[in-house]
Amino acid sequence: MTRNLSRVLTDYGMIFVLALLCAFFSIATYSEQSPTGEAAARQVAAALIANFGKAPRVLIAARDQADETLFANKLEAALSASGAKLLAVVKGEPRDARAALQKIVSEGQSLDVIAGTRTTAAWLVFADLKAEFPTLGDPQLVQPRTEKWPNFLKSENLVNIANQIAVIAIIAIGMTMVIITGGIDLSVGSLIALSAVLAARFIRDYAGAEQASALGMTLAGSAAVLICGLIGAFSGGMITVFGIPPFIVTLAMMLVGSGLAYLLAAGQSIYQLPDSFVWLGRGEGFARIPNAVLLMLILYGAAHVLMSRMRLGRHLYAVGGNREAARLSGVPVQRVLMFAYIASALLAGLGGVIMASQLKSGSATYGNMYELYVIAAVVVGGTSLSGGEGKMFGTLIGAFTIAVIQNGMNLTNVESYTQKVVLGGVILGAVLLDSLNVSGGGNDSRKGPADALNRGTNDRASG
Amino acid sequence: MTMMTASAPLLKMHGIVKSFPGVQALRGVNVSLMAGEVLALLGENGAGKSTLMKVLGGAFRADSGVIEIDGVAQHFASPQDSRQAGVAVIYQEFNLVPGLTACENIFLGQEPTRAGFVAQAQERRQATELFQRLGVEVDLDAPCRRLTTAQQQLVEIAKALAFQARIIVMDEPSAALTSHEVSRLFAIIEELKRQGIGVVYISHRLDEIFTIADRVTVLRDGMNVGERPIAQVTRQELIELMVGRELSDEFPKRAITIGPPRLEVTGLRRGRAVREVSISVKRGEIVALTGLVGAGRTETVRLIFGADPREAGEIRLDGRLLAIRSPRDAIAAGIGLLTEDRKLQGLVLGHSVRENFGLPNLDWLTRMGFVQRRRERDEYTRYVETLRIKASSSEQRAGTLSGGNQQKVVLAKWLARNCDVLIFDEPTRGIDVGAKYEIYLLMNELAAQGKAILMISSELPEVLGMADRILVLHEGRVTGEIPDARNATQEQIMKLAIA
Repeated sequence: MTRNLSRVLTDYGMIFVLALLCAFFSIATYSEQSPTGEAAARQVAAALIANFGKAPRVLIAARDQADETLFANKLEAALSASGAKLLAVVKGEPRDARAALQKIVSEGQSLDVIAGTRTTAAWLVFADLKAEFPTLGDPQLVQPRTEKWPNFLKSENLVNIANQIAVIAIIAIGMTMVIITGGIDLSVGSLIALSAVLAARFIRDYAGAEQASALGMTLAGSAAVLICGLIGAFSGGMITVFGIPPFIVTLAMMLVGSGLAYLLAAGQSIYQLPDSFVWLGRGEGFARIPNAVLLMLILYGAAHVLMSRMRLGRHLYAVGGNREAARLSGVPVQRVLMFAYIASALLAGLGGVIMASQLKSGSATYGNMYELYVIAAVVVGGTSLSGGEGKMFGTLIGAFTIAVIQNGMNLTNVESYTQKVVLGGVILGAVLLDSLNVSGGGNDSRKGPADALNRGTNDRASG
Repeated sequence: MTMMTASAPLLKMHGIVKSFPGVQALRGVNVSLMAGEVLALLGENGAGKSTLMKVLGGAFRADSGVIEIDGVAQHFASPQDSRQAGVAVIYQEFNLVPGLTACENIFLGQEPTRAGFVAQAQERRQATELFQRLGVEVDLDAPCRRLTTAQQQLVEIAKALAFQARIIVMDEPSAALTSHEVSRLFAIIEELKRQGIGVVYISHRLDEIFTIADRVTVLRDGMNVGERPIAQVTRQELIELMVGRELSDEFPKRAITIGPPRLEVTGLRRGRAVREVSISVKRGEIVALTGLVGAGRTETVRLIFGADPREAGEIRLDGRLLAIRSPRDAIAAGIGLLTEDRKLQGLVLGHSVRENFGLPNLDWLTRMGFVQRRRERDEYTRYVETLRIKASSSEQRAGTLSGGNQQKVVLAKWLARNCDVLIFDEPTRGIDVGAKYEIYLLMNELAAQGKAILMISSELPEVLGMADRILVLHEGRVTGEIPDARNATQEQIMKLAIA
């Protein structure tokens, strides 16, 4: 039990860093939250019914704005259902409220409650009712209660974080595989752009532009992803057959991919896409989770199973851990490497289609510098750049750590230049943490018998 | 011995205790070394020799105990401290920068400078002097990676002399050397002795210890179990001290039933390393492939295994012609290779022993692409018992095992494949006597099952003790065959090897 716990601690130390960051930003963004719209209406209705019995005489005051009229309408519906007497519903400005009050007075009625939003309840017209409308009775002002809750932890914000990181996290799956084999893929950022432009052009030119059908868009997106896969196969071929270092090959493909994207887009954004194209990137599916985030979670689940349970995963680790030993044990090293680079490119292509969907256009400027964010996510997630070690879910945590830091700094109004500095520091810190962990435990066979007993755990894929 | 015998010992380690979480590596070890003496430090792997030498080298700090040099107590907090006190430890894996020249490596970290510039002429002069003192010649300008293992070792020794080391520890110095190179090493050690340097010599090869050592200290389980002048001890006694039990024979006997040819290799060729090699190994036969390092032994078996592409040659198994283009093909055909270098070629050190065991066996341990981990663990556990692998669990990292246990894991992974032909490249290098015996037993057992076994070994006693037939290679050709290995002599083999 304790052994398992300590294993989780060493394996997923970044989880705790992530949790700490979340706690920090929760505290930093802890502030007054006033409910608006429907939530506010529900709360006020409940308070009225509880405090003023069966049939209070009510005036509802709201401004002429979307969430305030929503508040007024919902409250009106709730109150009439409960039997309250609605004398007036104001959706406008203070003078509208004054007119309504005058009308009530002129009709000789009195008022028990004025229900307003936080803004309207503060209107001056309601401040001195006794002097102005002595016959009105003694109406009480009711407004939504405020509560304290971190902006960071609001569900909209959390979904926002997941949405922002989905593309990077999906690409980081392939990058993790590549890095575990001891390689690197610098071309993913350019493949995002290429794939986005290809998908957009296919839809515009062959699938009927704004009138494209779901099938047409699916085919266009798949074609874009597959073309990226071919580029991955090319990189893999150069690396395995000709033995060119992955860094060089994928650096070259980064330039090629980006150049092709600009050529194909003719230097412009392609936006002749149907509205339904945003389904993939912005649409909500199961449990109000965005589709892109759902896709990301499914892909991570599958990748985790692949890496920890399947033969191919074992081969990926073995090739990165000791290529020669793997080869002499009958591992088809070249095929395994080909798989990693093709998977990385396919996922980068998928990321490009998602981004095109999120932004409802295709442009060659997409994905600029993304390769670095993706690599950062993988490294922060604890995957060793020297290969052979790393965990899929570590990468997911790494991606979220980066997203949380960016989001948290946005919420706390940190300048974007400062954000870059902080992010750089965090990446360095994460790797430092990891290297301290390694030198504390040791993977060197010459370290003596202590290691033999302490490092008896498989700290990769066994989770 | 020398005239200094009467004075205080050059080195005295007393009551050295060192424990790691969960294990007591040293439980109060005493070692002394006189100037101009060669002390052999013996013990099975895991007996504590390496830990003791790391304490001496400043890599580990002892929990308690005293280290004295010339009667002065020392406190080594780092390897630098130890080096300053005149201790040089030459590990099995050399500490040389492969891209730097011999000269640069010798003075690495202590470069003579003049006005901030490295005084290269002075370096060269001193290096030349050092090698002259050793009576050898080494190319000072070649990058170290181009030097042979023996030459790299000389660079290490020269490096030790360059900072006036008075105590030189050599950990398995002969492991990667040919017999010829070992005798030259011994000449150098004699020279060091004459210069009053104390040498701690760690080796598993008892023959060498009887040749070079003056005194022997035996460790077992982190304690001293014996200390004798070499003249007053027999080989048998030493083995028993190390193992802690009586060993009837170093090489187990077996009944030999040799069948029809199993592995037949004809006209194997690749470059200058393998010029023309034909080998045949019969069912139930152990054939030793021997020769000097560089004779093309490892290169030959790598061709058979498909690890390197061959230019010509046919490989047959039970009369069937095999199209081997990669290790994968060879494995599928039923050939297994236990490489000479376990760490670089045999194991993925950072991965668990279970995963290493599974690697060549994943084809039959996988269903629908999923590794059956329980079955993998069960299979592995079976071999843990039969091979007596000492690991804390199936999840222990391979890199943290002792050499003997690493070799057993490599063995296990090939045994599980049930290969028809097993090629052992230096199967007992760096392995202690007890584990060696177990590996010999296993080779006999495999031969008895009708497998064909091809063994490369530089240790002539092992070749004579284990093989049924001996093939000697010289410069990529088979220069001799000794059909009846039982009645061969070391001299006979050496003559063919030098040919």
